[in-house]
Amino acid sequence: MSDLPESQYAEFRDGLVELLPAMVAAAPIALLYGAIATGKGLSPLEVTLSSALVFAGGAQLAAIELWTVPVPIAALVLSTVLINARYILMSASLAPKVAHLPFGARLLGFHALADENWALAERRAASRRLTAAYFFGSGAVFWVNWVAWSWAGTVLGPLLGDPRRFGADFAFTAIFIGLVAGFLTTRRAGIVVVASAAAATAAHLAFGSPWHVLAGAFAGMAAAVLAWRADAEGEPA
Amino acid sequence: MSLDPVTLLAILGMALATYGCRLTGLLLGGRLALSGRSKAALDAIPPAVLTAVIAPTLLATGWPETLAGAITILAALRLPLIAVIAIGVASVVVLRLLAG
Repeated sequence: MSDLPESQYAEFRDGLVELLPAMVAAAPIALLYGAIATGKGLSPLEVTLSSALVFAGGAQLAAIELWTVPVPIAALVLSTVLINARYILMSASLAPKVAHLPFGARLLGFHALADENWALAERRAASRRLTAAYFFGSGAVFWVNWVAWSWAGTVLGPLLGDPRRFGADFAFTAIFIGLVAGFLTTRRAGIVVVASAAAATAAHLAFGSPWHVLAGAFAGMAAAVLAWRADAEGEPA
Repeated sequence: MSLDPVTLLAILGMALATYGCRLTGLLLGGRLALSGRSKAALDAIPPAVLTAVIAPTLLATGWPETLAGAITILAALRLPLIAVIAIGVASVVVLRLLAG
């Protein structure tokens, strides 16, 4: 390691600057999660613990949607696997780009891997070598940001009342729309999104949650396979 | 500060499921080299799952959510994420008021 402390600081600062918009965007989502989970009867400790240990916004919000008493543990875990299966591919894609960092740190650092900091790390890895200060620094800050705002939601939620009244429930939908838009770079991705939306809505009307997630995932994959041959982009390899 | 054992079990199950996915990818690493149709199918998973999670809210809740969703999609095609959230939330509040 030839990194001087100044360059490590610069790397850490780069990570923070790049991550800042995502941190600001995640704050209302975490607040919303904390508020809704509290409304469903979870204690502040349980909410904070779930954000610290699961650390996956989409899956956590989906779980709160599915949350009933008695707690449907199998459905919650299934929904979590479906929503987070993408992390297998995201981690696999990023793993070779951080292979030079200590293994123990990678084991811990990948717990803090989310859509936003993954996308930033991939983008940076395309132009330069990822450093520990950049990758683990932004991961740790993003994790603290999510856990702290989730806890704040358990305090603020009961004071604000029904989150639907000021549209906070739709913030979750809007952030997902924004994330999906980031994938819409090819015609095939557009076909995938349309197929998934149609299948998920039909499955939700017919079977309810969480089957719409499974139906959408498979419809999207099937559409991608069918659209592949006609694809003009071809395979760069 | 209370911690219900069943709730804790659910949280731990979700945590293991999530970390399991992250760890599997980390350990597979570069060995997960796919091409052609299988790569197309796997590339499709993230946008397909993200779309599936919100599709019922957008298409089968009510016209305010559907219209607000359309406005948000238009915003998402040209604006940064934080602006997309603000426009989405503002439009759903106005449209729900109009719906009564």
